Amino acid sequence: MALKITHECINCDVCEPVCPNHAISQGVEIYEIDPDLCTECVGHFDKPQCQLICPVSCIPLDPEHEETPAQLLDKYRRLIRL
Amino acid sequence: MSASAKSSSTYISLDSLLKSGRAQSEPSSSGCSSSGGSGKSSCGSAAGPDDMPAHIWEKVKNHPCYSEEAHHHYARMHVAVAPACNIQCNYCNRKYDCSNESRPGVVSQKLTPEQAVKKVLAVASAIPQMTVLGIAGPGDALANPAKTFKTFQLLQEQAPDIKLCLSTNGLALPEMVDEIAKYNVDHVTITINMIDPEVGERIYPWIFYQHKRWTGRDAAKILTERQLEGLEKLSAKGILTKINSVLIPGVNDEHLLEVNRAVKARGAFLHNIMPLISEAEHGTYFGLNGQRGPSAQELKAVQDACAGGANLMRHCRQCRADAVGLLGEDRSDEFTLDKIEQMEVVYDLDKRREYQQSVERERQAQHAAKLEAVAAAPADEDIKLLLAVATQGQGRVNQHFGHATEFQIYEVSGREAVFVGHRRVDLYCQGGYGEDEQLPSIVNAINDCHAVLVAKIGACPRDELLAAGIEPVDAYAHEFIEKAALSWFADYRARIARGEISHQPRGDARIRQGAYTAAA
Repeated sequence: MALKITHECINCDVCEPVCPNHAISQGVEIYEIDPDLCTECVGHFDKPQCQLICPVSCIPLDPEHEETPAQLLDKYRRLIRL
Repeated sequence: MSASAKSSSTYISLDSLLKSGRAQSEPSSSGCSSSGGSGKSSCGSAAGPDDMPAHIWEKVKNHPCYSEEAHHHYARMHVAVAPACNIQCNYCNRKYDCSNESRPGVVSQKLTPEQAVKKVLAVASAIPQMTVLGIAGPGDALANPAKTFKTFQLLQEQAPDIKLCLSTNGLALPEMVDEIAKYNVDHVTITINMIDPEVGERIYPWIFYQHKRWTGRDAAKILTERQLEGLEKLSAKGILTKINSVLIPGVNDEHLLEVNRAVKARGAFLHNIMPLISEAEHGTYFGLNGQRGPSAQELKAVQDACAGGANLMRHCRQCRADAVGLLGEDRSDEFTLDKIEQMEVVYDLDKRREYQQSVERERQAQHAAKLEAVAAAPADEDIKLLLAVATQGQGRVNQHFGHATEFQIYEVSGREAVFVGHRRVDLYCQGGYGEDEQLPSIVNAINDCHAVLVAKIGACPRDELLAAGIEPVDAYAHEFIEKAALSWFADYRARIARGEISHQPRGDARIRQGAYTAAA
């Protein structure tokens, strides 16, 4: 699954620079994750970096973008070829 | 890591600090004496040009946070360009953001570097005594290096006379020291609450470091090592450092003496021991779990015990990451983004210098009055007590009791009057009428003081203060504080000698918590 940012977000900017896939950007109100770019850090790190650093724990898995570990790894490989 | 906690024969409890033999008169049954402690004139941020090398005095003399004397005259501002943070502290809650609240880590409007520069220029035009720009969050300045250093770069180009400083938790500091030096940042504040991971694990639930979230003692060990390494590197570069420590009773109170020694050994210029702010309504871990902050006398006891170590700062107001103005006031409402858009900003360096020269003349007059008063004072020192002072700056007793949102606290003996702290209070007078329900909270805040020096005071609060045993004094209106304090003290001694009054010890006082609602 990709991750998503909920409305608990306080716009603290901390997640954007730690994302290895550049999947996070400032949206109209809060930060947003592009599900096409998020691999839950598969391929880069053991755990999703944004979840680890978020001070208000507002980045859960996105049930609308379910993916298996194999699919995430595929996505990672696709992305690094770009 | 060189600074592991050492066991020490001077390791003493907060209780024993409070009851230590420093007290000149015996504590009352409440356990605390107003005359306890030794506010040393050599201590800390009260130091003047004779106490340090000229090049360091040049750096601190106009910095309200680094020089207690300067804070009566010069203003600072913070710009909130750094919201991100790389650690979690149990006294911080990043969700809460109410403009009515004044505490670190809280901010109403985050700024881009370009907006920040515009705001600085607008404030500098309107407040010529604003000499210092700090980046203090609301997260960690060095967890947002791009925005922090971009702001410094732009300011160096457009307002070269403004001193730059930043504050950090220290985790990212060691690799940033060269960059800090590059932008002529000459003051850095590091928050160091412990040097012992066993203490640290009770303050920091986690840190984010090298792509991992660390918890418990591992987190605290990494943090303390990084903080002390960063401090050493800053000292080696000649960058002045201030160490902020949050006093958390039962967690790090007596441990702060070890912190004081450790940071002094690594070249820290100032040590600022601040009270924990922890109301349940702030939603912090400490606030929600009943961890209390220290009383005024507990804070003073730890500060006094550290007074021989690194220089101590006692005038910190724990201000917000977007504060504007003299310490103790906050004019940030006047400089919101939409308001500065409409301001005509003229950055007139000559006008600023001219104004600052007039401040300098006033300041020298204050210094001369202090020396004169001290020289005239008798040398005996058998009584030492605390005075509260209502002031709106310039080092004078120049505020109406009912208009005070804080009182400055001076420790007075026959020989000297030394600034030892400040107490925030609710505004007594609103719309021209005294608010009687506010008075007990003001009495609580200065309950360890024998008298309160004011420019003026109404009949009602005067009677109630007298009933509480605090003498309201308006005889020294508009005089310089030290001179007024010593004059009052001489009169107090004379009244004792004539048998009109007897000297009684005072109790403890409460440190004001919660919202800073007293917008004057």
